Amino acid sequence: MSQVLSISNLKADVAGQEILKGLTLEVPQGEVHAIMGPNGSGKSTLAKVLAGHGDYEVTGGEVSMNGEDLLGMEIDERSRAGFFLAFQYPLEIPGVSIANFIRAARQARLGKGDELDAVAFYKEMYGKMDELKIDRSFTGRSVNEGFSGGEKKRLEILQMMMLEPKYAVLDETDSGLDIDALKIVADGVNAMRSPERGFLVITHYQRLLDYIVPDVVHVLYQGEIIKTGGKELALELEEKGYDWVIKEFEDQQVAVDV
Amino acid sequence: MAEAIAELEKIVSDELGKSSISWADAPLRAGADSADLPDWYRELQDEAWKTFMSLADPGRRDEAWRFANLKLTKFSGLQLATAVDAAQAQTLVERSVAGAKSSAHLVFANNVLLTQDGEDLPEGVICLPMNEALLHHGDKVRESFLQEDAQLGGAKFAALHAAGTLSGVFVYVPDGVKVDGPVEVFHWMGGKERVILPHTLIVSAEGAEISVIDHYQSIDEDAAGLSIGMTDIVAGKNSKVNYVALQRLSVSDRQVQIGSSQVGEGAAVKTALVNLGAAWVRNENISRMMAAGSRSDMLALNLATSSDEIDQRTLQLHEVEHTESDLFYKNALYGQARTIFDGLIVVGKGAHHTDAFQTCRNLLNSDDAEASSMPGLQIDADQVRCSHGSTAGPIDPEQLFYCSARGIPAQAARKLISFGFLHDVIDRLDGDDIKEVVNRELEKAFAAMGE
Repeated sequence: MSQVLSISNLKADVAGQEILKGLTLEVPQGEVHAIMGPNGSGKSTLAKVLAGHGDYEVTGGEVSMNGEDLLGMEIDERSRAGFFLAFQYPLEIPGVSIANFIRAARQARLGKGDELDAVAFYKEMYGKMDELKIDRSFTGRSVNEGFSGGEKKRLEILQMMMLEPKYAVLDETDSGLDIDALKIVADGVNAMRSPERGFLVITHYQRLLDYIVPDVVHVLYQGEIIKTGGKELALELEEKGYDWVIKEFEDQQVAVDV
Repeated sequence: MAEAIAELEKIVSDELGKSSISWADAPLRAGADSADLPDWYRELQDEAWKTFMSLADPGRRDEAWRFANLKLTKFSGLQLATAVDAAQAQTLVERSVAGAKSSAHLVFANNVLLTQDGEDLPEGVICLPMNEALLHHGDKVRESFLQEDAQLGGAKFAALHAAGTLSGVFVYVPDGVKVDGPVEVFHWMGGKERVILPHTLIVSAEGAEISVIDHYQSIDEDAAGLSIGMTDIVAGKNSKVNYVALQRLSVSDRQVQIGSSQVGEGAAVKTALVNLGAAWVRNENISRMMAAGSRSDMLALNLATSSDEIDQRTLQLHEVEHTESDLFYKNALYGQARTIFDGLIVVGKGAHHTDAFQTCRNLLNSDDAEASSMPGLQIDADQVRCSHGSTAGPIDPEQLFYCSARGIPAQAARKLISFGFLHDVIDRLDGDDIKEVVNRELEKAFAAMGE
């Protein structure tokens, strides 16, 4: 079976409106792909659909992860099967400490009756927190409550490190980050890059891709991938905006229609 | 006294028929010879008994009992609890595990003291069972004993309590003394349809600091007992009092807990009601801010399951300028549970610069659960900051999605979020030792709920 996150002709609605209109792309293991696109192109919708958010209805297409049907799984099953979404707006869960939250996620990955080794767990988590320059006292704080934007994003990366997914989608992880936080987050992601793991980095700005250098860049527009290129495509978009890509795409469409 | 008892017993028999509360079983003789008790106390008890007998049960038209299931408020069939045997006493003492840092540890069962240990208390601190305190520090007790009328509907329960209470503790902390580690008091209740009447009186002198935890637990399952506890806190100038009532009674038991805080100049009182058990809970709490700089934090965390009813009535009284109060109640409801919250903030004439807040939140984990809230504000002063709000709703689906997206199965995620919802209140408690005790019990309660 091919080791790839494969999205094929994916169509999805939210509140009856079609947002994804036949999106196709493949992220092979070991690669980092970026998705860029103007506001409203469907970037966050793609992230939510892959994770299984209930507000989004898949109306067509397929998504498989290393050959497994992702869309056929419950939300929690997707995560346990190796899918991870770093949220653009991580939720606050008052009263649930970060340690308890991540423990619950790890516990869910164990067999029935198996108990997590608490000592080893904390040791591992503290090590990763140090890497991400998250103060250890944060473990006792409620999930995302009262956190700055940068702290929330670092916590997302910490969760990713602790859950060791096969494929991770980072939904605008750079939004709301100053340059120092951005570097820390990028270092965390880069440390996770491995031949056994794929990344899909969704971003509005090229800046993040200076630090997380992608293998492939896709442009999403009106629910479809309209252009795919190497990392230099991101620079070109930064410099010239999206209009030229959109025009190129529309000209092509016209040609097809004719 | 014996004549009075006989007479009262007759009144009870006449009033309640064969299912009477037997005055002869009152714990008056439990720890001390009643004849040794101060006259004022015996008179107070007699008066209270008459009051109990004269007052009507809560009725349909009582505003203070609005929304309440009045079937749960009945006295018929009840008897005062009787002492447990030696073997049982030993078991109960063993089961009364206090936190590692507790400064004193007392265990009562069915109104009788089983054991007490307060060796770690600083000099000058009084921490005695009520009956002993009455014997040795009667005047001190008298100054602060039952100074606040039960005006939130539970007068009849309060009267029965006053008529018979001798269990529970009197804690007095002298000027400037700060007690490390909480005083932990266990109140066990057992026997079919038995009543316990535990009392807690906490008096802190100027600059003193003290924490007290009352644990309410059942000896038997399905015994349908009734605990009527009263807790009065009198906080002197610049003193600090933390109090937790931790209720884990069994599913058929009922609890009435009536509390008052009289908060002096610059003093801070923090009370927390933790209800993790019982079929019916009625809490009535009054905080009276009596001098500038006084502050009362009124907290509650309640886990209501099956067909439990948790009924809480509160009053925040601001009598003078520059005082603060903050009420924060949280209820997690399951099954057909019901919660009732009726809270009033009164900012009295001239009590300018008052900060008074009131929040009651309900997390509904079932379509059949029901939360009723009646928040109220009465302001008769200027430059006040007041707010009140109550909410009731299910778990935010976005929170659930977030947990699921981390691989936590929906059922476990709901539990985690509900736990956190209540745990939020623990974060507001003072002192790691208190937080640990409450957290441990909350974890146990959630673990016992199953999936």
